[in-house]
Amino acid sequence: MSWLLTEDHKRIALLYLIVVTIFFGIGGMFAVFIRLQLSEPTGAMFDSNTYNKMFTMHGIVMVFFFLLPSIPATLGNFLIPLMIGAKDLAFPRINLLSWYIYIVGGLFTFYVLLSGGVDTGWTFYTPFSSSYSNGYVIAAGLGIFINGFSGILTGLNFIVTIHRMRAPGMTWFRMPLFVWAHYATSMIMILGTPVIAVTLFLLVLERGLHIGFFDPAYGGDPVLFQHLFWFYSHPAVYIMILPSMGVVTEIISTFSSKKPFGYTFIAFSSVAIAVFGFLVWGHHLFVSSQSVYAGMVFSVLSYIVAIPSAIKVFNWTATMYKGQVRLTTPMLYGIGFIGLFTVGGLTGLFLACLGMDVHLTDTYFVIAHFHYVMVGGAIMGYLGGLHFWWPKMFGKMYPAGWSKVSAIIIFVGFNLTFFPQFLLGYMGMPRRYAAYPVEFQTLNVLSSAGASILGLGYLIPLVYFMWSLKYGPPAPANPWGASGLEWKTASPPPTQNFEITPVVTTDAYEYSTEEVVEVG
Amino acid sequence: MEPTGIQLFPVAASSIAGHVDALYAFLVAVSAFFSLIIAFLVILFAIKFRHRPGTPVVLHHDESHSAGGMILEIVWTAIPLGLSLIMFAWGASIFFTESRPPADSLEVYVTGKRWMWKIQHLEGAREINELHIPVDRDIRLTMTSEDVIHDFYVPAFRTKADVVPGRYVTEWFRPTKTGQYHIFCAEYCGTKHSGMIGTVYVMSPKDYNDWLSTGSGEGSMAEQGESLFNQLGCANCHPSVINKNNGRCPNLSGLFGTTVALKDGSNVRADESYIRESVLYPQAKIVAGYDDIMPTFKGLITEDGMLKLVEYVKSLGPKNGTESVATPGPVENSASPHPSTHDAQGTPAPRAVRAPGNQ
Repeated sequence: MSWLLTEDHKRIALLYLIVVTIFFGIGGMFAVFIRLQLSEPTGAMFDSNTYNKMFTMHGIVMVFFFLLPSIPATLGNFLIPLMIGAKDLAFPRINLLSWYIYIVGGLFTFYVLLSGGVDTGWTFYTPFSSSYSNGYVIAAGLGIFINGFSGILTGLNFIVTIHRMRAPGMTWFRMPLFVWAHYATSMIMILGTPVIAVTLFLLVLERGLHIGFFDPAYGGDPVLFQHLFWFYSHPAVYIMILPSMGVVTEIISTFSSKKPFGYTFIAFSSVAIAVFGFLVWGHHLFVSSQSVYAGMVFSVLSYIVAIPSAIKVFNWTATMYKGQVRLTTPMLYGIGFIGLFTVGGLTGLFLACLGMDVHLTDTYFVIAHFHYVMVGGAIMGYLGGLHFWWPKMFGKMYPAGWSKVSAIIIFVGFNLTFFPQFLLGYMGMPRRYAAYPVEFQTLNVLSSAGASILGLGYLIPLVYFMWSLKYGPPAPANPWGASGLEWKTASPPPTQNFEITPVVTTDAYEYSTEEVVEVG
Repeated sequence: MEPTGIQLFPVAASSIAGHVDALYAFLVAVSAFFSLIIAFLVILFAIKFRHRPGTPVVLHHDESHSAGGMILEIVWTAIPLGLSLIMFAWGASIFFTESRPPADSLEVYVTGKRWMWKIQHLEGAREINELHIPVDRDIRLTMTSEDVIHDFYVPAFRTKADVVPGRYVTEWFRPTKTGQYHIFCAEYCGTKHSGMIGTVYVMSPKDYNDWLSTGSGEGSMAEQGESLFNQLGCANCHPSVINKNNGRCPNLSGLFGTTVALKDGSNVRADESYIRESVLYPQAKIVAGYDDIMPTFKGLITEDGMLKLVEYVKSLGPKNGTESVATPGPVENSASPHPSTHDAQGTPAPRAVRAPGNQ
């Protein structure tokens, strides 16, 4: 009970961790069903109505209830106060409220799941969602609407904390880059989330009360919905990937025992992504009957937003140069992230390219691209971060061998699952198809086979993490030879985080010259 | 029709497909180059600079703020930016071509409906989930939806466009290879989305004419539109040959493609969307000199019927030979004087050459 009323950011982070993991399991289960269905072309396993509901629930659960909160609400919540030498977040009670709002939003989604689902796709395009879908659109929309407030409050909490709660001497440019990434993420959360909330609320009004916003039958404009939806949902992609980039920066630096190359470039590229990310939503609408000239503006802006990501990749790579590289489990995830995110980012250039996107949009190429970014990027970063800070969060070590094996299985399984989907997309297989012409079968079978490997890879960490809680050897305060303030306090940290408030006298990433002892 | 197995390119069967494939090859080459370079460096550094237990840890200064570091940062910002702008320009030029149907395209009308494609040809032939077209002719589709958003996608032509309810959208292509190709609905539209697929039959001109001549027996689209025009009572007010100008309603003869002055002082081009809006939402744009007296025909007319009406108004031609255009005889005059002319602005009259379909 003390857990459910806790105001300790570390405990709230663990509450998030539990629920986020449950949602990851549910979303993953739907992914298994999707790949089973697509392993043969006739769509015989589930009828198309059921299939449509499964990919919709996969999207809603994974995007809104797993990816968006995953890193910020667990690792960010746990680490931001520790990294800047604070006792807690600025508003501990609001932090707890965020978690409860998330739970209420989640309960709506559970209600939708149990009562028969929704078949609109996670994108809720009108007028299908507002006038034609026979699923529980209103409940699903309200669930996401409510959950949005959780994200807004978390973002607000982070921004105020980072502004007001830094320890003496912790200047802006002494902050770890993880904190910079979360600052940029929080900006998107508080600026973008209200737009999706309003959009879904309008959708609920149109569906429930037939007030015309989007359906031409009521005098609305169906494409208006897409503009509003992507005005939030494209920046939301950066809510998912920026924290992961922050994690990877910490990991690469720590396990190269070297300052990140180009600290200020990495910090400002996070901010640039957050700002430019708001100006590219129209690249989702190139074939929507949007004007040709709008398409050109959105295309060129989409290329501009790709540049800060490229800068980060080059800086991470340069960080390893002349470092002392240790291939620990978190580092394997970090390197895996660089590889998969690079492919995900580069294939984004195909979709920003007008003449290319006309052929590729709404095909499996898009599916492959955003899974490389969301799963190859965001989830690799999340798992890397969990492996990196697990000893800090729980004071226990996990088995190094098993965790390295599972990291490699995930990397291989991921590529087998999603690389064939690029080829399928160029061949012209549309997304959201419950059945498909037979010439697409070989690649689909390959993808489904890869998914079984990927699924296994995700189960192994679940087992050894649980095992470590009870049987894992105790973790020292700084098992990795890392440099941040969070490693200067005990594992797990005391409720007040630090016995005495730390005073910061140096830049971030000042590694000790002492020999690093390999623990994990 | 295609053998199973892994294929990397779909059939290229349109004038644009080769350009799209070339752009794709360029994008793949750039992506492969950068992916491999990053992978190579990461692996190289992980091996070459691996931590050796027992060796002292050497601390580095942040070289990125030295002159050399700054040059590196500038180089790896500028090169991707330059390449990006090349990609942008190349993609935009293809997109521009894709967005501008050539002047004398053969017109076909498409209505999306859950979960089928309804196709109407000018000559009156109708088909469902099939599209018969001649090879080496520019084809322009004018499309709308009766319900939700669909998307008309032909991978072999490398092009698609959303089919949006409440408006007309166009898509064009020039098939270059005879054969049969998939039509996919690419915008999720509900339960049987994956069943909303069809086939394009690209035929030699002779086969196409043979196919057309089997006809529907219902007359051309314009003729069907004219009978609808009379049936709905439009002819009672809008002046035409049988009904002289009474001053209450604008003359539709010679209207299409011209610029219309509106009561509020603005101008509008009389295109397909304007005709559609004027029938369904007559109060939206009032022609200068006329009153807001027309009732809405919303709910009284299907999207298919609407397309026929549009086609009828188009057949009344651009603004030169006003009175001589429409003739009252419904059947005999189908192929009569609608030459491919241009109006004052040089806008092509969207009139395709008719095959000698009706007997």
